[in-house]
Amino acid sequence: MSEHARQADIAPGDEPIDDREIAKGVRGYLIGLGLATLLTVVSFVVAGTGWVWAPSIPIALAVLAVAQMGVHLVFFLHITTGPDNVNNVMALAFGVLIVFLVIAGSLWIVSHLNQNMLPMDQIMQMQR
Amino acid sequence: MSGHHSTAGMDPNHIGHAGGSGPPSHAARAAGSKRVIAGYGFWIFLLSDIIMFAAFFASYAVLTDATAKGPSGRDLFDLHGVAWETACLLLSSFTSGIATIGVWARRKSWFYGGMAVTFVLGATFLGLELREFTSLVARDAGPSRSAFLSAFFTLVGCHGLHVTAGLLWLLTMMAQVWAKGFRPDILRRVLCFSLFWHALDIVWVALFSVVYLMGAGR
Repeated sequence: MSEHARQADIAPGDEPIDDREIAKGVRGYLIGLGLATLLTVVSFVVAGTGWVWAPSIPIALAVLAVAQMGVHLVFFLHITTGPDNVNNVMALAFGVLIVFLVIAGSLWIVSHLNQNMLPMDQIMQMQR
Repeated sequence: MSGHHSTAGMDPNHIGHAGGSGPPSHAARAAGSKRVIAGYGFWIFLLSDIIMFAAFFASYAVLTDATAKGPSGRDLFDLHGVAWETACLLLSSFTSGIATIGVWARRKSWFYGGMAVTFVLGATFLGLELREFTSLVARDAGPSRSAFLSAFFTLVGCHGLHVTAGLLWLLTMMAQVWAKGFRPDILRRVLCFSLFWHALDIVWVALFSVVYLMGAGR
């Protein structure tokens, strides 16, 4: 544990110094750009055409979006699973947890609320 | 910069250190750890900023159907414009990466070129977004029309404000590198800027997927 934990941390967004060759760097960003473009185009095609079973479109879009965010994190922000990135990944994981709680919790609570309430126009009627 | 000789006092837990057995000099390690601390602190800020966006996303998701008998996303969104905005922002993420390579390769032409193209693409994105907003307002679909549109303008407008701030920051970084060169303190700011810019692109991925693509289909 201690030998690995003692390895130097690296700033988010930085690449390890030994990896800094121009050709290598440009290639990394090009791969990221290619993958991100591919995922974006697939998203627009899925949403804009009838090629995918309609009820599954929102899930497909969500999966594609999460995949593209992963591509951005790896190829543009250089977040890796290496020991020099543990702190960056832990902070990111905590952020993702809170984002999930806020969004999923809001949707969950409000859908129950809507189920248990009269439709809005009827409430307006009763207030008249 | 008086910190070089008192690093132990500034960094008691050896946060950014290579376990004591390194060839890099004391001063080089101190500068390196300062970069890690600045980048990590800004990373924490970005995550909190994304949590704020998550709150706006949650309110948008909850209010998408609250159109008050007004237009919904399907009636309003123009996916061609959104595709162009997406292309601009994605390419600008790439060019800001080229500027980052220019920094560590110490090539000023790559840095200035990458930053300049990033600025043009970011400004184009903002122009397209402003055009969309003005056309919505002109069609009586402004932020006061319905709860759905309030949430829409808050969420997308907040991202647009971030892009505006990013453009100003970008110009500042070009000016500072031009005036002061690739100094370590300037380079820490450039690192934070590039983190900010890439994070904005990540937020936009969520935005075009959730707001525009899901909204246009419902």
